[in-house]
Amino acid sequence: MKPEVFHPMSRLVHWLMAILIISMLFIGVSMVSDLSPRHPLLIELHKATGLALLVLVIVRIGLRLTLPHPPLPTDLPALQRVAAGASHLLLYVLMLAMPLLGWAMLSAGGYPRPLQLPAIAPHDLHLYAVLRQAHGWAGYLLFATVLVHLGAALMHALVRRDGVLRSMWPGHVRRSE
Amino acid sequence: MNSPLQGPAKALRLAGIGAVMLALGAGFAYAAGWIGGPQLTPQRIIDTFEAQAGHYPGYRKNHAKGLCVSGYFEPSGQAATLSTARAFSQTRVPVIGRFAIGGANPFAPDTGIPVRSLAIQLSTDDGQVWRTGMNNPPVLAVSTPQGFYDQVLAGAPDPATGKPDPAKLQAFFAAHPESAAFRQWAASYKPSDSFASTQYHSINAFRLIDAHGTAHPVRWQLEPQTPFTALPGQVDDKQFLQHDLQQRLAQGPLRWTLRLVLADQGDAVDDPARPWPAERRRVDAGTLVVEQVDAPEQGACRDLNFDPLILPVGIEPSADPILAARSAAYSESFNRRSRESLGAGAQR
Repeated sequence: MKPEVFHPMSRLVHWLMAILIISMLFIGVSMVSDLSPRHPLLIELHKATGLALLVLVIVRIGLRLTLPHPPLPTDLPALQRVAAGASHLLLYVLMLAMPLLGWAMLSAGGYPRPLQLPAIAPHDLHLYAVLRQAHGWAGYLLFATVLVHLGAALMHALVRRDGVLRSMWPGHVRRSE
Repeated sequence: MNSPLQGPAKALRLAGIGAVMLALGAGFAYAAGWIGGPQLTPQRIIDTFEAQAGHYPGYRKNHAKGLCVSGYFEPSGQAATLSTARAFSQTRVPVIGRFAIGGANPFAPDTGIPVRSLAIQLSTDDGQVWRTGMNNPPVLAVSTPQGFYDQVLAGAPDPATGKPDPAKLQAFFAAHPESAAFRQWAASYKPSDSFASTQYHSINAFRLIDAHGTAHPVRWQLEPQTPFTALPGQVDDKQFLQHDLQQRLAQGPLRWTLRLVLADQGDAVDDPARPWPAERRRVDAGTLVVEQVDAPEQGACRDLNFDPLILPVGIEPSADPILAARSAAYSESFNRRSRESLGAGAQR
């Protein structure tokens, strides 16, 4: 039997990560063009939050694979079904890739890593160049995907009014059926 | 469950959703600096270096011409009460370094530029890394990143002469009275004939953190143990300093004393333009020994960003705004040259 709403744990991790990811995207994109005394603080915050997000995404993938989750509405057109599946897969891939790219990029650039984490890539300038650019572009793609995800959630809630957003909404769920 | 909306109500809500997405996208673009007023960014500073000196793919965007060295640091033990940094207590700390001349042109003659630098990385056995980039002037001419940018603009080579316009430089110094100490240094500075007999200064202040957590504001300098000999008036070799360093290191190692200069209450700990009084407490922290030199732009230092904010436990940055700006600009330079090194034809 499929549940109507996501497990409270899944909802908690979803909203926690939503706040952290959106903060991270704004911190990341602003810190690179900032040379004020905020710059080093933003970098430190970015690395610490990135590490927290790596732990959270691993927990989340575990939750996703073990807990049952509510199905999409049965009347959803096939194309939207595919789009929903693909965009969620992309979100998971990017959520996992972003902190790993950041970690690998620091390793390849010969930079110290937070908590003295080991290097996960060899110190190599060419590799650094590739990873640094991948981290940036994956960040833009993640932001675009988050925007589409938000737009789709609002479409479900405000236009289709089909209970999809409610299935992830935090707190008490009203039964309106 | 409610039925899907249709007609004008649907259009209104769709417009609302579009507006939310647009607002978030615009906020992101603003945070990225893609929209809004022109600001001083690391990108703009590096662009200006390149506009003035030329585009040299794969090279550092400032202090472009240099060479890698290696050696070790032997602490005296006297600084261990001031900072818990392992570099002040470990018997022998491996060091990778880079000697360079100032400016963004990697083909400039060594002795045509007054600014010399030594950047080093100390890697201690607790896994910590300390990088510090030091220059021969003890102070900067400016106190802020904007002042630095103004100085770079004022020093732009005149297309007619290839030299900075003296009137522009004069106007800059007049508009920046904080440059007094720097000008005094520049007027009295006698260049030596070697990187080995040059003294290098951290310029920016830092904070040493001792075992009780107490902070000691500090500047440091590398004082050469090689005796001073003045640079000859006429030098024909464009690689004069590099050749000299190679010859000296072929004979034996070169040494510098790492001197810590500790601030008193009221000293300018966040202003790199203001010197501290000469009678400030000085501590001999140990000896830097440089043993080996690599071929120009080869070796371990090439792929390092000597970001002055890469500090070990026991050393913290001061509130000096130039320190943060250096970190941001070095990172931009590192990103660009690494990217350029992917391109065909780039050498380094």
